[in-house]
Amino acid sequence: MTKRFHISAEPLDAAQIAESVSSPGCGAVTTFVGLVRDHNVGRRVLWLDYEAYEPLARTTFERIGAEASAHWPSVALAIHHRVGRIAIGEASVVIAAASAHRGDAFAACRYAIERVKQIAPVWKHEHFEGGEAWIEGATADPDDEAARQTAFARACS
Amino acid sequence: MLVTVRLFARLRELTGTTELTQELPDNAVARTAWDALVREYPAIRDYEASISCAVNEEYARLTTPLKHGDEVAFLPPVSGG
Repeated sequence: MTKRFHISAEPLDAAQIAESVSSPGCGAVTTFVGLVRDHNVGRRVLWLDYEAYEPLARTTFERIGAEASAHWPSVALAIHHRVGRIAIGEASVVIAAASAHRGDAFAACRYAIERVKQIAPVWKHEHFEGGEAWIEGATADPDDEAARQTAFARACS
Repeated sequence: MLVTVRLFARLRELTGTTELTQELPDNAVARTAWDALVREYPAIRDYEASISCAVNEEYARLTTPLKHGDEVAFLPPVSGG
């Protein structure tokens, strides 16, 4: 059985992850697939190395799942992140949300990726033509209510 | 008390270590471990305003008390997804 919240170096199978949250009562399943792209801030990206604090990443995904359940009780959510070296065009993250109706599935899926970017202890090390750099985004604070509201607003816009 | 400190991403690179052991006073909090780390590796000082920390694989505050055997992790700003 596919785990709901998972982090590993294995390639991601979006179809399998979507299937893992689907059930006969679901009329909708949305999947978000985050890909490694070949450019960033004017640089030609060659590949990304992802690093994570894996035990905390897993419990953070579970936490995001619990937050989503509080807003959208009927949604079944899965979050899978890949670590290690990931080539251009390959998936780094897959989120699947299944629900009776499309609205909740879309919203919960968007909420989950926004929260992953805010609070999951995962880092990108970008290798580009001419150099490399750690990408640093948000200071992770799961209790930051303003950040949570931002994710919620994006999910429902 | 002895605690294990874990470092990730650029903090790991700047210090050249993924994990180290610190001896701290009995009333130490997470910030005590960070301050000791900065004394040893001044290059990470600028991260003070932007780090998160975790104690025993759960998000914590710099004010969180530590006890013998704890694992403290310092996390630079995250960039998953």
